[in-house]
Amino acid sequence: MNRQIRRLGLAFLVLFLLLFGQVNYLQVFAAKSLADNPANQRHLIQVYAVRRGSILARDERTVLATSRLTDGTLRYLRVYPAGQLYASVTGFASVLFGNAGLEAAQNDALQGEGSGLVPESFLDELLGRPVQGATVVTTIDPKLQRAAARALGNLPGAVVALDPRTGDVLAMYANPTYDPNPLASHDPKVSGAAQAKLVKDPQKPLLSRASQELFPPGSTFKMVTAAAALENGITPDTLFANPPKLDLPQTNHALQNFGGEHCAGGTPQITLALAFEISRNVVFGEVGLKIGADAIVTQAEKFGFNDTVPFALPWAEGRIPPAESFAQALPAVAFSAIGQEDVLANPLQMALVAEAIADHGTEMAPRLVSELRDPSGRVIATVDPTVYGTPISVATASALTQMMVSVVQSGTGTAAQIPGVVVAGKTGTAQTASGNPHAWFVSFAPAENPQIVVAVVVLNGGSLGSEATGGHVAAPIARAVLQAALRG
Amino acid sequence: MNALLRWRTQLGLTLGAIVLSVGAYVLVTLGLTGETPHGVAGFVALIAIAYLAADVAIVNLVPGADPILFPTAALLAGLGYALIYRLNAGLAAEQLGWLILGLALFVLTLVLVRDHRSLDGYTYTIGLIGLGFLLLPIVPKIGETINGARLWVRLGPISFQPSEAGKVLLVVFMASYLASHRELLAVATRRIGPIRIPEPKYLGPLLIAWGVSLAVLFIEKDLGSSLLFFAIFVAMLWAGTGRASYLVLGIVLFAIAALLGYLAFPHVQDRVAIWFHALDPSYIKDRGYQLAQGQFALATGGIGGTGLGQGHPGLIPFVATDFIFAAIGEELGLLGTVAVLLLYVVIVARGLRLALTQQDPFTKLLAIGLSSTIALQTFIIVGGVTRLIPLTGITLPFVSYGGSSLVANFVLLGLLVRASGTRTGEASHP
Repeated sequence: MNRQIRRLGLAFLVLFLLLFGQVNYLQVFAAKSLADNPANQRHLIQVYAVRRGSILARDERTVLATSRLTDGTLRYLRVYPAGQLYASVTGFASVLFGNAGLEAAQNDALQGEGSGLVPESFLDELLGRPVQGATVVTTIDPKLQRAAARALGNLPGAVVALDPRTGDVLAMYANPTYDPNPLASHDPKVSGAAQAKLVKDPQKPLLSRASQELFPPGSTFKMVTAAAALENGITPDTLFANPPKLDLPQTNHALQNFGGEHCAGGTPQITLALAFEISRNVVFGEVGLKIGADAIVTQAEKFGFNDTVPFALPWAEGRIPPAESFAQALPAVAFSAIGQEDVLANPLQMALVAEAIADHGTEMAPRLVSELRDPSGRVIATVDPTVYGTPISVATASALTQMMVSVVQSGTGTAAQIPGVVVAGKTGTAQTASGNPHAWFVSFAPAENPQIVVAVVVLNGGSLGSEATGGHVAAPIARAVLQAALRG
Repeated sequence: MNALLRWRTQLGLTLGAIVLSVGAYVLVTLGLTGETPHGVAGFVALIAIAYLAADVAIVNLVPGADPILFPTAALLAGLGYALIYRLNAGLAAEQLGWLILGLALFVLTLVLVRDHRSLDGYTYTIGLIGLGFLLLPIVPKIGETINGARLWVRLGPISFQPSEAGKVLLVVFMASYLASHRELLAVATRRIGPIRIPEPKYLGPLLIAWGVSLAVLFIEKDLGSSLLFFAIFVAMLWAGTGRASYLVLGIVLFAIAALLGYLAFPHVQDRVAIWFHALDPSYIKDRGYQLAQGQFALATGGIGGTGLGQGHPGLIPFVATDFIFAAIGEELGLLGTVAVLLLYVVIVARGLRLALTQQDPFTKLLAIGLSSTIALQTFIIVGGVTRLIPLTGITLPFVSYGGSSLVANFVLLGLLVRASGTRTGEASHP
């Protein structure tokens, strides 16, 4: 019988070797691919076991995003108490679709994975396991965010408000926006349906029109062209010819004023300041051709176009083709000078231009996050305001401010007037390849001591259709936000 | 090995089992709550007293007993308790009761069965009782179907799985029957094609075992137990007679039964389909969920494991019973799974070594049967959980939650320890 016993032992040894082989396969060789299987919830459970930190407004009371305890497998649910109001800022944190906005940019801090967080218990410390993430304090002013949303109403477009002294982003709102709550749902049916709807929407609500998409800035770009002119020896009083239309070199085309009108009573010559005030395309075409593409492009790039302007969120800086591309295309120089052709920007970029003018030539980098706090409220990191650059001189800034004040006092932007406050602004009505023009207004106030910059775009003219102008559609929206800020 | 050395070895290993069991329990509580358990002193005292008492009983009741068998099983049971506590504190309280009962019955086995060879005299009585236990769940009114398998018997407030006790009794019956009939069974006189088979009247037990396995499979729908019984039976028959034809015949009969089962029962087809497709997107969320979660648990554990109380084995359905091996893999890693498998290898190796060194055929066959039971049961459930073979739900010996299984396995261990005590040439020892 002993021979059989030995063989039986051998057979069992083979069976156990098979088991050893199999556990080695599962726990070593195939472990990574198995553990990464999307149906394996273990990683998610760990992520959602952490009480993700809140995102707060600058008042440190208004909650943009927070975490609520649930009794599900995933312990904490991400909640956005204001629904769609702050989507351009917070983005979303989704089980299935990852994170976006500040939820993505500040993910490590919010998850407590950054340094500086004190573990809550000895065991957490032992395991290096965070239990609660850091709180992110933003620069957003809820009052202005609400004012921006209310003023824009249902119009497609966006509003950005900055503090020119610090670069603080006080409001950043875009239409259409979206509610991040269903995306954060732990129910894959709810989040899947919400995501599918947003992805299918031709208006792309997930891309913020305030900072992530680009549009022709139209006449608001005349701030840049005028700045380039003033930096290159031209003064506000320099006279330019004022024909009804500008015959362009290298082509049979002509540059016309808005609506083809012949403004300023047909005066043969007008000053740069007046041309700015009444937004004369013909004169700015001349200015562009006179100072040249190089001067315009250089000036635009000093404001941040084509550059990387540091910001807490991924965003799209303004764009202008390189100067050398204009050599064989002089008409394009004239069109670019009035913010058409291939010049592109968004409200954040244009707000930064106005910010440099308002802040005596100094452009602050936009600041969205001011500090990080640990769960006990202790500040663990502070983000100081930083200077992006000095695109224009103090004199140029001062001259441009005067020109922008005239726009609101007696030019195209009178709709932005606020009793008792001197408002500076620039309108824009950008022609679009398809559909109605985009209405722009870029402004700051009070002009003598600027406290707030507001840039507004209303896409395709909003409700006024082809009759829309920046002055009619966008200026009142900017005024509403300026008023909300200055009311104190 | 002299008596003192054997005693010291066993005491040392038992103390090691106590330390590791209590250590696992403390780590589990620490991992779950961040605090050391309140009742840790009580638990240490209880487990230490119970294990050391069993130790003393072995030394006093079984001179020359194998010093390794009990501490190895005790470690598995202690580890199992800590894991069950980690998974479900309510189940753990019951399991602790079962563990104490199991240890009591272990000692009682040593007390009552002073000489295991006395069992040889009750061949058919034991066989009939074993058969009765096995088929008890079929009896209307007292039999219960839980999770699709009719395995349970409810008598008043007590609910148990009689097949666990039946398993041990049938191994004793087989050892006894084969000890006295193996010569007859070994004489193959008939030929069917190339295979020589014994007289049909001696084939009776093989066919009865096959029939019983089929009954368990078809009536009780218990795939795992059915496979286990038949495999134990064939292993013993082959080892006892030395006839390869029984192996071949056994495999053929198994294949027929497996095919019949597959064709007759959708749930058997299901098991096979899940085995193949557990990770397919169409299976992974429902039918393959349990197996897939078990795979994820093992994979997440990796080499070192997440640490006790740090993983998420609760995601696996039936993790405390059928899938406890996956929980070990998740929280203790490859190191844990390999260590646990090695503990079974130790028990099986000690059991087979015992079979080798004994002269008496009944003792040899008993040791073969009991060791095979542990080896095959471990292979069937661990192979199922790791997706090496289709999953059939049976318990992991000594580790899984379940009173019937734990108590039956301690009785099995008691018989093995008792058999180890009778040394060669000590045939007259009481």
